[in-house]
Amino acid sequence: MSESDQELDARGLNCPLPILRAKKTLNGMAAGQTLKIIATDPGSVKDFQAFATQTGNELMDSSEANGEFHFLLKKGG
Amino acid sequence: MSEKSMTIIATKGTLDWAYPPFILSSTAAALGYNVTMFFTFYGLQLLKKDLNLSVSPLGNPGMPMKMPFGPSWFKGINWNIPNLLQAGVPGFETVATSLMKKTIKNKGVASISELRDLCLEADVEMIGCQMTMDLFDMKRPELIDDISVGGAATYMERAGESDINLFI
Repeated sequence: MSESDQELDARGLNCPLPILRAKKTLNGMAAGQTLKIIATDPGSVKDFQAFATQTGNELMDSSEANGEFHFLLKKGG
Repeated sequence: MSEKSMTIIATKGTLDWAYPPFILSSTAAALGYNVTMFFTFYGLQLLKKDLNLSVSPLGNPGMPMKMPFGPSWFKGINWNIPNLLQAGVPGFETVATSLMKKTIKNKGVASISELRDLCLEADVEMIGCQMTMDLFDMKRPELIDDISVGGAATYMERAGESDINLFI
């Protein structure tokens, strides 16, 4: 859990809140830092891929465990 | 990343139809788009300081009528309520609206005022339609402060240079 610079708990939130919260958190971070996001919205899997592609932030990891979705984003330059 | 832009014309003033314009605008802003929203006719309701939006199942056969409480078998029932009853029972719309609001909360869906705030925070430009304000006799103080008021030409100026233009 500590392999990221920041963590965002987006559990229980539905579209588009996980993306909006992630964006907001990234705004306060430096390029190259990593953000871990935990979500329960199944739609967030595709949405975080799309978010990464369109914003230049890298989606380093996307996984599922016990109905929770974990994402690791690296803030772009 | 090159700056992209989107405009949306919001024309509907019910709780359900308030979602698409605000969801798309807040998300587009998060993706780096410059977003302009133009609120006309019933859409102008979405700019009121006092957001009091309702949803009506009457004449809307696509809307599931489910209860937001009780055991899961009970929540799963889709109540088929005849139009005649929906139209005749006083307060039916109020009840349907409060059930919808409860469902929205249960499912972790943002409220409209929250989404609107997120849009404003992300510098989404909001324009209220002057003609609609005159038509419905709406006063500027009824609407939130962070908007401008304009007309079709103002909208077209944004739309003409925008990548995506939606009418909702």
